[in-house]
Amino acid sequence: MAKLYSKDAIDEIIKAYKEWESNVLPEWLSRMPERQKEFTTLSGIPLKPIYTPVDLRDHNYMEKIGFPGVYPFTRGIHATMYRARIWTMRMFSGYGGPEETNERLKTLIKAGETGLSLAFDNPTLVGVDPDHPLAEGAVGVVGVSAPTLLDMEIIFRDIYLGDVTTNMTINPPAPVLLSFYVAVAEKQGVSYDRIGGTTQNDPLKEFIAQKTYVFPPEAAVKIAMDVVEWSVKNLPKWNPISISGYHIREAGATAVQELAFTLADGIEYVRQLIARGLDVDMFAPRLSFFFDSHINFFEEIAKFRAARRMWAKIMREWFNAKKPRSWWLRFHVQTAGCSLYPQQPWLNIVRTAFEALAAVLGGCQSLHTNSFDEPFRVPSEFAAKIALRTQQIIAYETGAADVIDPLAGSYFVEWLTDEIEERAWRYIERIESMGGMLEAVKKGYPQREVEESSYRFQKEVEEGKRLLVGVNIFREEEVEEIRRVPLLEFNQEEIERRQKERIKKVRSTRDESKWRRALDELRRAAERGENIMPYVLNAVKAYATLGEIMDTLKEVYGTYEEPPYY
Amino acid sequence: MKNPPTTRKIKVLVAKIGLDGHDRGAKVIARALRDAGFEVVYTGLRQTVDQVVSAAIQEDVDIIGINQHEGSHIYVAKKLIERLREVGAEDIPVVMGGSIPILDIESLKSIGVKEVFLPGTPISEIIAKLKDLASMKVK
Repeated sequence: MAKLYSKDAIDEIIKAYKEWESNVLPEWLSRMPERQKEFTTLSGIPLKPIYTPVDLRDHNYMEKIGFPGVYPFTRGIHATMYRARIWTMRMFSGYGGPEETNERLKTLIKAGETGLSLAFDNPTLVGVDPDHPLAEGAVGVVGVSAPTLLDMEIIFRDIYLGDVTTNMTINPPAPVLLSFYVAVAEKQGVSYDRIGGTTQNDPLKEFIAQKTYVFPPEAAVKIAMDVVEWSVKNLPKWNPISISGYHIREAGATAVQELAFTLADGIEYVRQLIARGLDVDMFAPRLSFFFDSHINFFEEIAKFRAARRMWAKIMREWFNAKKPRSWWLRFHVQTAGCSLYPQQPWLNIVRTAFEALAAVLGGCQSLHTNSFDEPFRVPSEFAAKIALRTQQIIAYETGAADVIDPLAGSYFVEWLTDEIEERAWRYIERIESMGGMLEAVKKGYPQREVEESSYRFQKEVEEGKRLLVGVNIFREEEVEEIRRVPLLEFNQEEIERRQKERIKKVRSTRDESKWRRALDELRRAAERGENIMPYVLNAVKAYATLGEIMDTLKEVYGTYEEPPYY
Repeated sequence: MKNPPTTRKIKVLVAKIGLDGHDRGAKVIARALRDAGFEVVYTGLRQTVDQVVSAAIQEDVDIIGINQHEGSHIYVAKKLIERLREVGAEDIPVVMGGSIPILDIESLKSIGVKEVFLPGTPISEIIAKLKDLASMKVK
């Protein structure tokens, strides 16, 4: 295959570059020295002053860049990308009880969002009911409380599930929440082949970040794979897993670590599913991914491009997947929550806009933009609309969606894409040598790597090596305007009381014997090592609560506690 | 003659109360304080108020630092301060950090929280304030 640049062209550029370096640059540097000793990306990748074809001297266009919709998909998974269809604008939302969240979803749909995404409260995320002692004071605070099928019915009141797709950020309780969703769809008369959406259902990253783990690593992976297997056989449009780098990044990982650990998680899941006897081409098209878009613009774009190229290679060359769809890395992006600061909070609107633009230039399939008030609380309607409208401006005003992969061919972006890929492969090799990600997680390897990176970043901020506007430069003493940021207000105590009452009512009005039988059957199926999904669905339909189902599973699988930090 | 140097390091309990798993800040602070010469006890995730109070007493700490990102800081602060009073340990100063609305800072202080640190606060500033609090406690 032919190289992008001929040897003659490269030689000529090298010669000119040397001349520029010795004849032009020194005089400029003596008059105008560079403003810092070294320049690096946010992940610490050192940067040269300029990039030229010499940095891509071995590039073969078809191998490295190619065409959208064609292996290795560096330029995008679809041949038409946003010229045919704008990415899905999917705002992560939910607070209070199901009534409040139903209102918010309807508001966002009316404002033009094109996909739904549910945020659950902490009790739901770890699978305890609102009347559990650990739920006290936390019901409905950071997301919606959804402990029963009845709650889910209310969340989707007047929203027809045959017309929307819904992401659910839920991990250990994913079988339960997916069952709630399927049961609501059934009640609405939506057939299984029209139920679309995503369950995050990515247990390995829970041990590295996010930390809503419940079960020990092996059991957690087994249960998650049950969801994947059941979904690919029953819900052809469902993405049963969203292999997530987002939380790993938010916990302090670099872009390279985010990419490498996420793909390594994906590799582990593919192996687990193949070990179940599933054909790789049956499930691979349903795997989806979720990345962060941080503030270091070009690094993020390069990361997304490298991710597609790497996953395509992994699926085709490592796992011999035959269908091109199996090679696709389809991904959702959320702008970086950890890049937002409470100081001069409206600056977060600007940060989010740049991060969203990077996601679009990186070819995401769906996007959530954070609201500027999120360092304080879950977003107000006002702030959430600004965030959604930011995406709409990118889509319809900036022209960024009109040409596919517009930064391809930039010497810098192509070099950085290669560099990130190279560094990520080294991490993946390391994890492979440990026996894969499940083993690496049990050893605490990715956890320690992330902790190191987060500490390094903090030190860089303290030392002024990383500049944050309003935080360590251009600080202002507390300004009066901050007090006027209109935060979301709701009566949490009232919501908690209402949720406790509702679950009590659900427990007292259900068919006791049907409920008991359903939970018994679930327990026995789990003990036999069967796929638990049909039994969870059955229990949900008998109005077993989230906490009851999770407790049944905990009895069989046990629970996880993080080893002490010191 | 110089005064003999105090050998006891300032001992801080870093804790998260409730179900929230955002532990990046807690771990960074724990490590930074340790690097700055503090003795640090980090109690890990999903702790209850009672667990944190008993750890504080058992470890005989000078300061309790609570990291909250889940929005229930006022609820947690009230319960914690109340519990400390019940067990006669109200002399241990409590500080908080995390995703906290600015307007809640006054409420937290009126409940009895000594300092509230928002994201972006320089660690040097946190260290200075903790040293002040510890020296006030000794008196």
